[in-house]
Amino acid sequence: MTEPVIEAIDAVKFLGEGAGRVQALKGVSLAVGGGELTLLMGPSGSGKTTLLSILGCMLTPTSGTVRVGGRATADAGPEELAKIRRENIGFVFQSYHLFPTLNALDNVRLALDVRGENSHRAMQKSKEALARVGLALKMASYPSELSGGEQQRVAIARAIVSNPAILLADEPTAALDSENGHAIMEVLAEIAREQSRGVLVVTHDPRIVPFSDRIVSIEDGKIIGDKRPADGEARADKSGTAAAERTDKPSRKDRKRKP
Amino acid sequence: MSLAPKLAFRNLFHDRLRLIATVIGIVFSIVLVTVQMGLYVSFERMVTVMIDHADADLWIVPRGTKCFEDPSLLDERERFRALSVAGVASAAPLVIGFAQWRTPSGGNTPIFMIGSDPRGAGLEPWNVVEGRADALAIPGAVAIDRSYFDRLETTRVGEYAEIGDQRVQVLAITNGIRSFTTTPYVFSSIERARAYTGTAANKASYFLVRVTPGANVMQVRDSLRARLPDTEVLTTAEFRERSANFWMFGTGAGFALFAGAMLGLIVGTVIVAQTLYSSTKDHLNEFATLRAIGSSGGYIHKVIIFQALLSALIGFCLASVIGWIVVLATADTALPVVITPLMTAALLVLTVLMCVVSAVAAIMKVTRIDPAMVFTR
Ligand SMILES: Nc1ncnc2c1ncn2[C@@H]1O[C@H](COP(=O)(O)OP(=O)(O)O)[C@@H](O)[C@H]1O
Ligand SMILES: [Mg+2]
Repeated sequence: MTEPVIEAIDAVKFLGEGAGRVQALKGVSLAVGGGELTLLMGPSGSGKTTLLSILGCMLTPTSGTVRVGGRATADAGPEELAKIRRENIGFVFQSYHLFPTLNALDNVRLALDVRGENSHRAMQKSKEALARVGLALKMASYPSELSGGEQQRVAIARAIVSNPAILLADEPTAALDSENGHAIMEVLAEIAREQSRGVLVVTHDPRIVPFSDRIVSIEDGKIIGDKRPADGEARADKSGTAAAERTDKPSRKDRKRKP
Repeated sequence: MSLAPKLAFRNLFHDRLRLIATVIGIVFSIVLVTVQMGLYVSFERMVTVMIDHADADLWIVPRGTKCFEDPSLLDERERFRALSVAGVASAAPLVIGFAQWRTPSGGNTPIFMIGSDPRGAGLEPWNVVEGRADALAIPGAVAIDRSYFDRLETTRVGEYAEIGDQRVQVLAITNGIRSFTTTPYVFSSIERARAYTGTAANKASYFLVRVTPGANVMQVRDSLRARLPDTEVLTTAEFRERSANFWMFGTGAGFALFAGAMLGLIVGTVIVAQTLYSSTKDHLNEFATLRAIGSSGGYIHKVIIFQALLSALIGFCLASVIGWIVVLATADTALPVVITPLMTAALLVLTVLMCVVSAVAAIMKVTRIDPAMVFTR
């Protein structure tokens, strides 16, 4: 891995208030680089979404540091954080979050529009992004006319159209059947490899494991494993059941090399 | 083209029911404001209609005169004094006052007499549609307005009636000389008006002064004021303003119209703010998504403002149509609603302003939006 694109160092996050106050992250360090697909796995409530939100500059950590492109985000206000997201990060959500009143093409264009790009070129880029996720023929369709898998492809196209350094996806296949989930993961894996983009996918779906270059395991707000399965091994294990549990050892990344 | 207007448009039309509520709110509010403003303009025009049509540079009026219809008397001596002031070309007497009109069928109805010298400068009937204004020189001739045909039971030139037991003949008919007090104006020669209103021959209500060509009206006014300390000397504009102020604010009529307009605006703002706010709340998920994918606060505000402006535009167009219907429907009433181009422009600005102010609550709501909510929904 080259320079990390985003990086959390000793991130601690408390969520909620009063009696409902929870320490969702208990000192997490994670760096994600370009060109590979990283899985963030762990049981429900383990802090996956919280970590993704912090890496994606949607939440600020209670303590600890977040760096995007080497730059610390500690003092950034909401507008600056939005700018950091705009310039570096693409998001894919479990429930797609498409705009129901806009067609597929406009949903993708929107990502460029909020970046101030609304020329003919933006239109062209949006079409290319849709074509890349296999929706060249569905550009004029509205979300309600698309299957779940297709909607998630539109969301992926929206996330990549602005050419972000990293793509963050929170359970992108959770709402899909295995066939569609499989297809979505193939698209994400392709994006990681062909476009040398960093892709971080949160999941507790073991079927996804074969697509990954790296698996980070989190439990109870702490990272308990970080491994790189050998290519062949991962690919062979289509059922993927035990993959998440087989924690690191050989290829564990030394994330603490920087202070 | 930016997608912000498209998104605003789609958001707006996505929920038809709410759009209808919004538009009704705007239309209700703007029509109310239009009517109030239209009545105000109409009322103001009406209360100064005589002053506006009189042939005068300066008015010599009895001390303490509040408005044109406030009759008290001046003495002819003042007129001669006025004529001796440098710069005064003429000073025409005008007699006004209430009288009784006896209809051909024997009924009585109060009228408001306006008598001036038909041969001299003064206040002649205008908009004469039948007969001739200079026929008022004929003894017993009067001019009436079309809009009072019913009240006066007189509909044709040549018909006879009685004012204060004296026979009069209608020799001119005007169109649109209407009084907001609903008492019909009747024009006659000054001598006859004196007789009908019981005014002595050496008295008059006003003297209408024309200055000599090239004279400075203000200087002449000041000289007249010095020369006639028992009267007031006003320029036409001053008298007009005094008359309008008296009716608009002395009587509370202006305040009532203003309060009505304000009420309309407040109700409209509340309705639009409410619907815009609830629309924004319904689309909060989308706004959070926009925020999550890196949109600036400004972009989201733009979408909301576009929604407000679009509502304003739709509401304004509909309100204009209704406004025109009101104008047409009231055109022949005692107090027609008047819409001027300036008013239309002011109303458009007001509508837009109202909608933008309404957007504030919605904007404050999205400003507090937490983009991280997109992960949990
Ligand atoms: N807004 C919140 N307020 C309080 N607690 C929260 C909030 N969001 C998440 N949590 C808690 O924080 C922990 C981590 O949540 P999350 O990161 O969503 O887990 P995961 O995505 O792994 O299921 C959970 O115990 C969850 O209940
Ligand atoms: Mg989660």
